[in-house]
Amino acid sequence: MSLINAELRRLAKRRLVRVLLGLVIALLATVAVVTAATHYPPGPGLARAEAAAEPEFQQQQRLVAEEIATCERVQESGSGDERMGWPRDCQEIRQWYPSRAELIAFHMPPSFEFRDDFRAMVTVFTGLLAMVGFLVGASFVGAEWRSGGMMNLLLWRPRRLQVFGAKLLAMVGGLLGLGLGLGALWTGGFWLIASFRGVTETMTSGAWQSIGLAGLRGLVLVLAAGAVGFGLASLGRHTAMAMGIAIAAFVIGVAGVGIVIGAMLQWPFVERWLWPTYLAAWLTGSVELFDFSGPCETIGPFGECEPARMVITWQDSGLLIGAAVLLVLAAAMWQMHRRDVT
Amino acid sequence: MAAVVEIAGLRKTYRRWHGPARHALAGFDMLVEPGQVHGFLGPNGSGKTTTLRTLLGLISANGGEMRLFGQPVPEALPQVAGQVGAIVESPQFFGNFSAWDTLSLLATAARLPRSRVDAVLELVGLRDRANERVKTYSLGMRQRLAVASALLKAPKLLILDEPANGLDPAGIREMRNLMRTLASEGMTVVLSSHILAEVQLICDSVTIISLGRRVTAGPVAEVLAAHATAEVRVKLEHPTDHATAAEALRAAGAEVTIREGHLLVRGVDQPAWVTRTLAARELFVAELAPVSVDLEAVFLELTGTVPVAGQHRQVDESVAVPLDRPAAADPPGGAVPVAAVDPEGAAA
Repeated sequence: MSLINAELRRLAKRRLVRVLLGLVIALLATVAVVTAATHYPPGPGLARAEAAAEPEFQQQQRLVAEEIATCERVQESGSGDERMGWPRDCQEIRQWYPSRAELIAFHMPPSFEFRDDFRAMVTVFTGLLAMVGFLVGASFVGAEWRSGGMMNLLLWRPRRLQVFGAKLLAMVGGLLGLGLGLGALWTGGFWLIASFRGVTETMTSGAWQSIGLAGLRGLVLVLAAGAVGFGLASLGRHTAMAMGIAIAAFVIGVAGVGIVIGAMLQWPFVERWLWPTYLAAWLTGSVELFDFSGPCETIGPFGECEPARMVITWQDSGLLIGAAVLLVLAAAMWQMHRRDVT
Repeated sequence: MAAVVEIAGLRKTYRRWHGPARHALAGFDMLVEPGQVHGFLGPNGSGKTTTLRTLLGLISANGGEMRLFGQPVPEALPQVAGQVGAIVESPQFFGNFSAWDTLSLLATAARLPRSRVDAVLELVGLRDRANERVKTYSLGMRQRLAVASALLKAPKLLILDEPANGLDPAGIREMRNLMRTLASEGMTVVLSSHILAEVQLICDSVTIISLGRRVTAGPVAEVLAAHATAEVRVKLEHPTDHATAAEALRAAGAEVTIREGHLLVRGVDQPAWVTRTLAARELFVAELAPVSVDLEAVFLELTGTVPVAGQHRQVDESVAVPLDRPAAADPPGGAVPVAAVDPEGAAA
């Protein structure tokens, strides 16, 4: 326990952690402020929309009246060619134009509806914190190895796996605390935005449950990113090892695999082989993939081609992410146990 | 009382993808008695740091036995680590932390009181700079911090690898006094250093290693005595008599070298014999002094690393002790001066 306490203190004292924390808070605050500034409460917004829509509606009414008059004249005395393009019942022309309500809706300023709009904010929060988690995890152990701090610690605590575990636990615990704290502030902040600049009344217990699950999955992803960064940097005993693999994962794991499987091998559902698909599925609940290169799965009522469809769920992603985290950590622990400290 | 450090037949081999394996330790032995300041000497690349790292569990050995305070290591290292303070190679710390932060984190991990941090910072002279970031420290200050970290847990065994590295003259003297004080308080100190004059001053006993094997070991005085050449420097009243005196001494059975302004006489049991022999020829001695041998000379001789004008000695060119030679209680000077490694890269 004393070792975990010491590692938590070490984590909190690290300059990179403090800088990243400051950056994250600044970025999250910017997103919140911009969202608040570009959304309006539905009540006053309605009056403004009605005021903006009314002149347009009146002008449109004049236009409609002129067209109906023209239509009726053509229907009474025009030739067959002239009647082409006009409805038999000239009153149908009114349906061609938007109603007053539609014009008001068009002019309505955006309003933050917590139930629908906060999900995207959970994704933004998770993405940002996962990147920070990866960096913090990697540098927490990588810098220790590079600076010789790890060797010093091992002279004091010669139980290598215990040291590894304490550092990992401290890092994951720190990220968990950060994620929960910032997550609570994030949720509270957007609840306030929705209260003053949007709608909160549509929230139901089911909606809360769904958002809570999305947030929980996001938090797990942040911790997983931290653990993977930690494990990769442990394997290479350098922060750069984790960074290098992350960059390689983007270049090879996305562009490379996409080119080989999609363009060269032409396998169906190319996104199935790209890891960002699984991240998206984990965050959003599921991702639907379509194979537009293959034959039609079914033909729609209007003769349109329905491509083959595949769904990747968050459960599929969870298995994959869990396996990746376990694999990296197991390799890092084995390496920590076996490799000489030179 | 059991020895504090016991190493027997320690082997460490580094295997490489290409080329032969390198035997960093090829059956190394070492014994450090309690309360001693023990010098651990060897040329660069001879295996000193590998030995210390292996003893401290940082490197796994390929063979041999090690004990600390009578307990087998690395198995019992977690139990004895609290009694061992160590600096291995150059001091390395996280640059953005202050000295106080660095030590207090170690103290927290070991459940030591914070007052201990202040005490060791005071002891190594870093009290007034304790809150500055370590990356602003000079090498000497980092060295002091390293010593402070090793002393933090008030160990019974202190292992210091080049502790005087980067220290100013006053710092070297302070370090010497500190080690003497610690030893007088019952702490055992293992000191690896290339400043042999310091080692000779500080240490009670030494172990010299070359190419992964022990060349010699024992109390400093005994090691020096075993390598004393029994040379006597003789100066006569009249320098013109030096040639005559040399002839007289040679005739009496001594080995004499005429040097500028004095004679160097070998093979003499008692210096008084020189006085008597020359006085019988009415040659009168103005100065008679036994030539003392120092640890540096013994080290260079035993490790076969005496610089030769015009030759560039390579790192692994030092004495290789034969594997069939008994490892324990080697008679000093018994090493074979072979500047080579065997075909497998082993010290042989």
